[in-house]
Amino acid sequence: MSEKDVNAWIKETIEGNDVVLFMKGNARFPQCGFSATATKILQHLGVPFKDVNVLDDQGIREAIKSYSNWPTIPQLYVKGEFVGGCDIMREMFEAGELHDLVCAKGIPHQHHHG
Amino acid sequence: MSFEDQIREKLTVGLTPVRLDVINESAMHAGHRSSPGTGESHFRVLVVSEKFAGQTRVNRHRMVNQLISEELAGGVHALALSTYAPDEKF
Repeated sequence: MSEKDVNAWIKETIEGNDVVLFMKGNARFPQCGFSATATKILQHLGVPFKDVNVLDDQGIREAIKSYSNWPTIPQLYVKGEFVGGCDIMREMFEAGELHDLVCAKGIPHQHHHG
Repeated sequence: MSFEDQIREKLTVGLTPVRLDVINESAMHAGHRSSPGTGESHFRVLVVSEKFAGQTRVNRHRMVNQLISEELAGGVHALALSTYAPDEKF
């Protein structure tokens, strides 16, 4: 894919899926500790998500960093909006904010309401 | 100057932190498939700065990432980052 095509593919992917995780490896077999943590958080919340393995495509791996203005992987998008990387996901999860976010966005998930 | 020193200096100048921890965790990852084996690949950073007050988490991380963009592009493979304003619990 050309750079333009890669950016169009990224845009389509984050707009066409409620929750997208750009990661190293896939949800079944993450290949980096940070990507594994991000996957576990989403699985714990029971949020279905599309996993994009950036190790499968060097073009996507580079393009997503400039697309998001974010230099590291993993990267989480919810309803087309960039949420953050692994550390931010963990902080939001621990504060209950990630659960609130998926609730507010109307995304199906397992209930952890008190 | 080591990456660790560069990171410390750039964040000190850029954020005038009231607390800054830069911990080199590269040895914990030595031998992993993704480890470059340079001894300067994995860092954990905690920054407490007045400049983070009123900023979102994403903006705070972007501020840090921008200050050390050369290091991130030049061999720092992983950065675990915690950012707080002085009045937040850390």
